Amino acid sequence: MINLIQIPDKFRTFFIEIGELSYFAGRFFKELFSRPFEYKELIRQCYNVGNRSLLLVGVTGFILGLVFTIQSRPTLMEFGAESWIPSMVSISIVREIGPVIIALICAGRISSGIGAELGSMRVTEQIDAMEVSGTNPFKYLVVTRILATTLMVPLLVIFGDAVALLGSALVENMKGDVSFLLYINQVFNALEFSDLIPATSKSFFFGFAIGLVGSFKGYNCKKGTVGVGEASNTAVVYTSMLVFIIDFIAVFLTDLVY
Amino acid sequence: MNDSKKIVPMIKIRDVRKSFGDNHVLNGFSMELRLGENLVIMGKSGSGKSVMIKCLVGLMQPDEGSIEIMSKKIMELDQKELNNLRTEIGFLFQGSALYDSMTVRENLEFPLRKNKLDPVEVEKLVFQALQSVGLTEAIDLMPNELSGGMKRRVALARAIILHPKIIIYDEPTTGLDPITAKEIIELMRNIQKKYGASSLIITHDVDCARVIANRMILLIDGVNYAEGTFEEISTSKDKNIQAFFK
Repeated sequence: MINLIQIPDKFRTFFIEIGELSYFAGRFFKELFSRPFEYKELIRQCYNVGNRSLLLVGVTGFILGLVFTIQSRPTLMEFGAESWIPSMVSISIVREIGPVIIALICAGRISSGIGAELGSMRVTEQIDAMEVSGTNPFKYLVVTRILATTLMVPLLVIFGDAVALLGSALVENMKGDVSFLLYINQVFNALEFSDLIPATSKSFFFGFAIGLVGSFKGYNCKKGTVGVGEASNTAVVYTSMLVFIIDFIAVFLTDLVY
Repeated sequence: MNDSKKIVPMIKIRDVRKSFGDNHVLNGFSMELRLGENLVIMGKSGSGKSVMIKCLVGLMQPDEGSIEIMSKKIMELDQKELNNLRTEIGFLFQGSALYDSMTVRENLEFPLRKNKLDPVEVEKLVFQALQSVGLTEAIDLMPNELSGGMKRRVALARAIILHPKIIIYDEPTTGLDPITAKEIIELMRNIQKKYGASSLIITHDVDCARVIANRMILLIDGVNYAEGTFEEISTSKDKNIQAFFK
């Protein structure tokens, strides 16, 4: 049975956390434009976030395109609409499925990784050590990570979309005798800038949310090693929720504009 | 008189109080660290030693009281001034707190980034610091390739790389075997002689206190319960004090 007396406390904790997260985001923007700029660390983080996620995103994207096409084929065949497969798959993947699935994959890999890394740095006093050495750990650790995810996740989404379409083209080539060239031609005929721009724009926000929540959870980690696990776990949960909320807002706004 | 030089306070703490909810950790703690001395603060676990040093370097804000480091009131400094002051302080953390993702060299270079020195000078400082702790051969190793004692020595090298005027040691021998602990204590003495820094040592290791302390303070229930030389304190008849030396 739900204890009604505890509900206000839970709401209170929730709103406090939202407030702290907003303050954390505000601090990110404040520190982002102040010197010194940590270029070297930013490049290292971009490599960690981008290059090291390529295989995971590639495999996920490829299977996504493959499965989506295999599953859609029989239904479209019933209506004699096989020729619409490239258009339908490309629009679905580029507009919606690709960015959301890849953002969720990145939430699992990157956000939890950042949460665990910064959390363990917090509990082993490495962040305190940076602070007492006169360095700004927020700028060095947090700003670079959030910026790296904001820049890299859209690139990963584009890469994932491309690989997903490759998977779809492979199925079409094997089952429907559609050549790669014809498939690509149909994809480009179907896609418009109004499909690409909102999808790419929301990927930046997905990337920002992934870096922000992972860093927030890790940087404010408490309670020793248990706290590290908790930071990593809650980072994934919160980021996944945020991805869906951002997606809802993006779709709503796109619907208003187009 | 020669003592006139020695009474210059490097750190002055007055009536510092810090509570976490109903848990009153520091209840009006006061102390002074004088120029060139080794001051040992002893206390049980949970007596407020770590909270006190975190307040001292600005990692925590005390609820009340004043803290002066080299005549600067740290609560009145802005972030930039505080960071500048921190470069005058070396800090050895209890768990060494080496940056896992960096080599020993990068760990030592990290505090130097702010000073924008040329690479030759950086290399020289890194080598000197590692030489002081006898670990030049470990320069390109990662922290996970080092033993506990080696980590502590690298952390010590990082603490002294900027030739600080004050060195704070948080439980420098905790978690080490007796032989390595002795080596660390010996290193601390050598560094103190070489750099002439004032040292604040937080410990509950009686052997460490006996060897290194010019003066010591017993921190009990958040206040300085007793103050004096090691001999004065260790021979006290007070039961609370005797409990530390049994």
